[in-house]
Amino acid sequence: MNNVEIVYKKSEGLTDKYLSYCPGCTHGIIHKLVAETLVELDLIDRTVGISSVGCSVLNYDFFTCDMQQAAHGRAPAVATGIKRVRPNSIVFTYQGDGDLASIGIAEAIHAAHRGENITIVFVNNAIYGMTGGQMAPTTLIGQKTTTSPNGRDAKTQGLPLKIAEMMATIPGATYIERVSVHNPSHVRKAKKALIKAFSIQMENKGFTLIEFISTCPVNWGMTPKDAVDWAVDNMIPYYPLGVYKDKTAGEEK
Amino acid sequence: MSKVLMKGNEAMALAAIKAGCEAFYGYPITPQNELPEYLSKHMPLYNRVFVQAESEIAAINMVYGAAGAGARVLTSSSSPGIALKQEGISYMAGSELPGVIINVMRGGPGLGGIQPSQADYKQITRGGGNGDYYLYSLAPETLQEAVDLIKESFDIADYFRNPVMIAVDGLIGQMMEPVDLDREVPKWDLKPKTWIADGNTKNRKKNVINSLYLDPQDLEDHNMKLKEKYDEMRANHQRYEFINMENAEIVIIAYGSVSRIARSAIEILSEKGIKCGILRPITIFPYPKKAFSKLPLTVKNLLVVEMSTGQMLDDVIISNERGLPISFFGRVGGIVPEVEEIVEKVLEIVGGEKHE
Repeated sequence: MNNVEIVYKKSEGLTDKYLSYCPGCTHGIIHKLVAETLVELDLIDRTVGISSVGCSVLNYDFFTCDMQQAAHGRAPAVATGIKRVRPNSIVFTYQGDGDLASIGIAEAIHAAHRGENITIVFVNNAIYGMTGGQMAPTTLIGQKTTTSPNGRDAKTQGLPLKIAEMMATIPGATYIERVSVHNPSHVRKAKKALIKAFSIQMENKGFTLIEFISTCPVNWGMTPKDAVDWAVDNMIPYYPLGVYKDKTAGEEK
Repeated sequence: MSKVLMKGNEAMALAAIKAGCEAFYGYPITPQNELPEYLSKHMPLYNRVFVQAESEIAAINMVYGAAGAGARVLTSSSSPGIALKQEGISYMAGSELPGVIINVMRGGPGLGGIQPSQADYKQITRGGGNGDYYLYSLAPETLQEAVDLIKESFDIADYFRNPVMIAVDGLIGQMMEPVDLDREVPKWDLKPKTWIADGNTKNRKKNVINSLYLDPQDLEDHNMKLKEKYDEMRANHQRYEFINMENAEIVIIAYGSVSRIARSAIEILSEKGIKCGILRPITIFPYPKKAFSKLPLTVKNLLVVEMSTGQMLDDVIISNERGLPISFFGRVGGIVPEVEEIVEKVLEIVGGEKHE
């Protein structure tokens, strides 16, 4: 019985460090997909990842590639700094919605605007997770958070920001897609999106951003299963999945 | 090599290129605009990087990224823009990244004005951003000195793995002077950058650039390691110049453009029989405390002259081991002290002209 075949294993793009994420959070799946993508495209030993401020701040310990930790919201600027001096390196940022959609919106927009040849992995769970569940620009109308205790009110707190749609309007951006990881079929689609994005970067074709619909069971006050259902029932209708921009469309496969 | 007549901001830019600066990231602000303008034209000629960022905050974070990837990197700005850069400067110090920051100071606070000033002294010499850190800070008085110090500053930054601030005022940025760009400057003994995170892990273990230490003991250890660098700067790398110090009865303490004005003042004072020396700090961090113990015993008075309401004054008070009387004269808002004003102030202190 020596014909043992390994059909699945942890990606070589991930270290053995214990992940710091709460049970049921989808960061773990997204980390796996990013790591698998970098390994499968044979990029992991020429990649620098940028950890941002938020739940994923410690992910410099989780990926096996070089990592640099960035100030809140500044990851796209840090990525720009690296990519411009080391253009043969693959550079990605990993940012939450508080980091990218609020404090770092200028850096995200202008990295796209300059057409920086970097990839942004944007994780939208409609809340500030690390700081304990405050309202984010992406918090849904009526959603209760520690700073919108009566539910987000559009009159005083504005309407949730649609990052993929907005980034797709920027002339310099090359590829923008929104994906979800709420079931295996969508996990596979999400990986395809990452492969597309990193392939575009490999070919020096410019700025790519993949938005992930994610969950925060702890700060949403739900079980992991209920959180996934809530994301499907409430987030995806407001944040529809799909490709929002693809400058490479029509090019030969 | 022969001297060329150049504008301050442009000469400083060219000095950075001569020092092997690989990348510049910046954002427009008066009175330093000629510096990025010059680099936008010349960096590409050397196959180097120039990026006009969307803000000073983005620019310094680009510097942080490029420094983490191992590049020799520069940014420049002026006072309000330097205030915005403090976040990234603190991250650089915390992550032990080298880099050079040129601050062409203008008047404040707030939007202030666009004329020369030394009002950012405390921000520069006390770290400036959050946390327990310092910048090695150089304050040249001439274009030649600015050029020489900028050329050396990239080595200093690499040596200490810490940002270096070049603190000049708007006068030095805007004036034209003959300058020799190819003068030899001291070379520092630099180790290979084995710590960089440039993505290339084919032949080494991964590197992480980071300033986060959640365990208080780890963070204390990190802070003590940083302190060792600042202690080494204080112990071995203070720089200053004594001018006309022999038998001086009064000493003017001034840096940057102000020390040049003081040079004119002491000539007039000499004609009036007053022996006035100048202590010119070249590093403002570390502050040249050692100079105070070397002042001749003939010195009876100190006069601090600044383009501020008295910021370096505090460092003089701290350093004044002999307890000499200290007077102060400052102009602010972009007004540069006149030679006559300084002469008058000295005469007031020493009790008028001396006829021997």
